[in-house]
Amino acid sequence: MADAQTLARPSAVIERQKRATMRRNLFYIALIVVGLVAPFVAYPVFLMKVLCFALFACAFNLLLGYAGLLSFGHAAFLATGGYITGYLLASYPGLTPELGIIAGTLVAIVLGALFGILAIRRQGIYFAMVTLALAQLVYFVFVQAPFTGGEDGLHGVPRGELLGFISLRDNLAMYYFVFAVFLFGFAVIQRTVHSPYGQVLKAIRENEPRAVSLGYNTDMYKLVAFVISAALAGLAGSTKTVVFQLASLTDAHWHMSGEVILMTLLGVSARYWGLSWEPVSWSACSMSCRNHHWATG
Amino acid sequence: MMMIFGVPLAVFMGQLTLGLVNGAFYALLSLGLAVIFGLLKIVNFAHGAQYMLGAFATLLAFQYLGINYWLALLLVPLVVGAFGMLLERYLLRRISHLDHLYGLLLTFGLALIFEGTLVNFFGVSGARYATPEVFQGGLNLGFMFLPTYRAWVLVAALAMCLFTWFMIERTRLGAYLRAGTENSQLMQAFGVNVPLLITLTYGFGVGLAAFAGVLAAPLYPVSPTMGSSLLIVVFAVVVIGGMGSILGAIMTGLAMGIIEGLTKVYYPEAANTVIFLVMILVLMFRPAGLFGKEA
Repeated sequence: MADAQTLARPSAVIERQKRATMRRNLFYIALIVVGLVAPFVAYPVFLMKVLCFALFACAFNLLLGYAGLLSFGHAAFLATGGYITGYLLASYPGLTPELGIIAGTLVAIVLGALFGILAIRRQGIYFAMVTLALAQLVYFVFVQAPFTGGEDGLHGVPRGELLGFISLRDNLAMYYFVFAVFLFGFAVIQRTVHSPYGQVLKAIRENEPRAVSLGYNTDMYKLVAFVISAALAGLAGSTKTVVFQLASLTDAHWHMSGEVILMTLLGVSARYWGLSWEPVSWSACSMSCRNHHWATG
Repeated sequence: MMMIFGVPLAVFMGQLTLGLVNGAFYALLSLGLAVIFGLLKIVNFAHGAQYMLGAFATLLAFQYLGINYWLALLLVPLVVGAFGMLLERYLLRRISHLDHLYGLLLTFGLALIFEGTLVNFFGVSGARYATPEVFQGGLNLGFMFLPTYRAWVLVAALAMCLFTWFMIERTRLGAYLRAGTENSQLMQAFGVNVPLLITLTYGFGVGLAAFAGVLAAPLYPVSPTMGSSLLIVVFAVVVIGGMGSILGAIMTGLAMGIIEGLTKVYYPEAANTVIFLVMILVLMFRPAGLFGKEA
């Protein structure tokens, strides 16, 4: 019936889509403006923490919200990005931070592909358990590997100079770099979910057998979503390491995997009040971070 | 001294036995998870926390009420199991019509609440529970010296596993449970009180976890976080075994304990990870698990 209406009044549909696009664009503009002004209002280091976790939660939401896959192992990607970037920047002083972050993200991509290939063989609850177990494996690797500093973690990672000439020692410069990274990650997610590929993902989430019957290689679609999500989680972890100049086991622990689920779900459940979920997920996550901040600080 | 693959026999057999004791815990916990999963179709993420509650209840009952080990072994599973039934009746049942992932999330949240609350009052360092007097000392097995308490844990856990297996496979209640696992709607149509059965089953699974907790109390430091790391290993065990069969859960649990013990002998660095590696292999070659049915 909805189809019949759509056919009958195409102009109304186009009108609605236009309005939705405009609302979205307005939101993006507001996000950028708020992001640019924020460090003058609040403590920049705290804002950077919020942005890193926001990116992490958005990456996770790409998987849970759009592909319907509940991963219980995303801490592994956050930590891998963080450790690789931290190790490289600490051991090779000539390396600029952006190269370190790219390297960390690339390793997270490889790890994401490995996790994905194994985990998408099982569905639903098993998927969650398999990712959890794999992440625990990564945790133990980080505990024992020689380059991670074991229980102590990596400390004193230099922030360095962005592109070789912008010093990130200044918190404000660091903040704008993190904000740019966040916007990049956010843009990747937006582009992904609003592309034809994103539509197929949603179809798989709603009814996988039907997507298969329509000829889509659903495993491949899910794997790509998993890898994108892992990459952005790794990016968030790498950036976080540069900001705080340390990488620790806290990021690899399975509680972190659980925490990102809670951050994301707090955002998604607000969807029922008629809000679109990306921004809400983002704000809920920032609230969650703030609580975290208060609890620890 | 006799050697096995370049390792003294005493060391080999020692780790084998210790592995078997650990395996007994894996078996008890994965058994509870499998029973709950069979009927409720949710993964009980609070299982580790409920195991921890069992150990804590034993400790506190001794400290404040003077309840000894034997009474605790009987009472604690009942009390924690009854608590589990309340959780099922008033929380899990409300979301039973939703996607099963919500059950996972709810139990995960409960686990965080239990752990967080106890950390708040008792800290994370953990306390010791004295080994009951009967089990002081050890047995000389010729090749090794086995603490009596560990031997008892093995016997008690295996007895409990066998009891559970008997209950499920050989009694009328167990037949209901198996039928409910196959098709609970049809069974309800036959006039069986399925909601009650679900509550009892969850309580039983939780009781098994608490039983394991009581057994663990004199063996490991009793701390609020003792369950959470164990739980992940148990999940891996469940993935390896497949959730299909009761016997499968028991066998896989014991086997993984032994494999872990032997890894400690031959390549100690991998002792923590070997179970996860086995899980990866099983996923690659038999995705449904060793004893599981293809879903």
